[in-house]
Amino acid sequence: MSATVRAPGRLARAWDSDLAWSFRHSPVAVVSAAVVLACFIGAFGCNWLAPHDPFDLASLSLSNSFLPPVPLSGSSWSFVLGTDDQGRGVLSAIMYGTRISLIVGFAAIVLALGIGITLGLVAGYFGGITDAILMRTADVQLSFPSLLIALLVDGIVRALLPRGAQNALELYVLIFAIGIARWPQFARTVRGSTLVERGREYVMAARVIGIGPARIMASHILPNVLGPVLVLATINLGLAILDEATLSFLGLGLPPTQPSLGTLISNGNNFLYSGDWWITVFPGIVLAGMVLAINLLGDWLRDALNPRLR
Amino acid sequence: MIAQLASRLLQAIPVLLVVGFLSFAIFTYVGDPVSIMLGQNATPAMRIAMRHALGLDQPFLVQYWRFMARAIHFNFGLSYRLALPVSQLLLQRLPATTELVMTSAVLALAVGLPLGVYTGIRPNGFVSRSIMAGSLVGVSLPTFLLGILLILFFSVLLGWLPSFGRGHVVDFAHWSTGFLTVSGLRSLILPSITLGLFQMTLIMRLVRTEMLEVLRSDYIKFARARGLAPRVIYFGHALRNTLVPVITIVGLQIGGLIGFSIVTETVFQWPGMGLLLVQSIQNADIPVMSAYLLLIAVVFVVINLIVDILYYVVDPRLRVGR
Repeated sequence: MSATVRAPGRLARAWDSDLAWSFRHSPVAVVSAAVVLACFIGAFGCNWLAPHDPFDLASLSLSNSFLPPVPLSGSSWSFVLGTDDQGRGVLSAIMYGTRISLIVGFAAIVLALGIGITLGLVAGYFGGITDAILMRTADVQLSFPSLLIALLVDGIVRALLPRGAQNALELYVLIFAIGIARWPQFARTVRGSTLVERGREYVMAARVIGIGPARIMASHILPNVLGPVLVLATINLGLAILDEATLSFLGLGLPPTQPSLGTLISNGNNFLYSGDWWITVFPGIVLAGMVLAINLLGDWLRDALNPRLR
Repeated sequence: MIAQLASRLLQAIPVLLVVGFLSFAIFTYVGDPVSIMLGQNATPAMRIAMRHALGLDQPFLVQYWRFMARAIHFNFGLSYRLALPVSQLLLQRLPATTELVMTSAVLALAVGLPLGVYTGIRPNGFVSRSIMAGSLVGVSLPTFLLGILLILFFSVLLGWLPSFGRGHVVDFAHWSTGFLTVSGLRSLILPSITLGLFQMTLIMRLVRTEMLEVLRSDYIKFARARGLAPRVIYFGHALRNTLVPVITIVGLQIGGLIGFSIVTETVFQWPGMGLLLVQSIQNADIPVMSAYLLLIAVVFVVINLIVDILYYVVDPRLRVGR
């Protein structure tokens, strides 16, 4: 027996935590996490992992166009999932497309979180007329489907931009539109918890020693209201990725020169009637699988963090 | 009850004014209607004349007032893209969208409710578990992808059903309906499934949860002890008490159906208002966009009112004055 008992390291403590325990004992969560991780590795390692560079015009050859995926006759091992009308490998295009989808989804949620947390804190902390105005705005916006809001914001911003700049800025327009469409949920959640926290003694104490409202909100209340918001953000990430795919499918998102999963599906849709199903179906499977995995992870996280369900 | 409904109506007015203001701001300040309507080669004199003709040289509040006054008479000016009155374009497209949304809502209820009751009564059966697992996929599959897959199987591979358009329609005065012809009904099948599936799974899961909750309550045990037939217990006693949250969700989801009809209509080239909106956004056709926004706001306010009235119909407890 050793005389000294070493304090467990950070990793070991994390492994022993309730959350990690619940994770290890939920096969759904483990599989979903593996799927999400695979999507991340494929997407952000695409420069090294993808068999071809779909943006390198010199490597594209029209003689490779419309190759079917591998077990079918006429396929090539060089293009496992087949090729599209330009001779781009579907697998490589999916990897690059997933990266764009994830970037837009993440950035939109970060934007929505930023707006939602700020306005939620302000509404909950100050109350009164500020609260009424902010929350009525959120109510009005929540009564419309968020896809519709994103669609209209996207349309308006596009119309405001000069024609030449539209394609270059489309990525940012999309992030802005989806982020704007999703802030009210976060604001509502944060406001609800802020109302509770505002009356606690530690806030009173902070106020008594003369700390300004901005600092009380940011460094005293915020850490205590963040939990439920992050769970909400996980579930909304899947939805934001779907929003982007839907807008791109409608032809209002990313241009074919910068394809996301939605753009790939939309492009493949043009060749569906000639029987070239793989151009559409494979990006579709990746999109649906990734979103399903993210949703399942979000559900698991919600249940695992809810003490009443333990 | 009447007082409550009146207060609901009063609450709706500021909402409509705000949406009207947004709609007006879009209409007036986004894009340059003068150069769009006159083209690149117009002389400055022509521009000034056009600005005056459109009333764009008037003060802000005057323009807002005029806009709302015209909107009440359903006059939204001309579409930039098609040079036709916007109201006429929207009215032409209204029947297609209404029929699609209604069919989807009925489908979602007609399938979702019984499935929810069934899975609620037998939560651990094999069939229930399969249905629940299937519903999870239904929730995660994006609408447009579902539409594409349905087209691939039923139109391209099997050739059973049409993949686009409304088929033959019959005209009544201002309304064209696809309900009365075989090809119209066949064309409706795939789009309405595409649009309704998500709502169907949602209703099913909700009814299931509520049924599980209600079936544990004392009055159901009492009904069982009285020896009532299971059918009477499940549908007469239990289901009725699950309906209030279901009505809330269905009401909210009709809004969702209208929103997602945009996607379904694009996939199936269904000639409704959603397809018109997408084409208008692609072409920066601002008058159509602003009119659509205002029209949808009115529709949503009306739906919310109907939902409030339905509460009173379903739940007798609310009818007693507080």
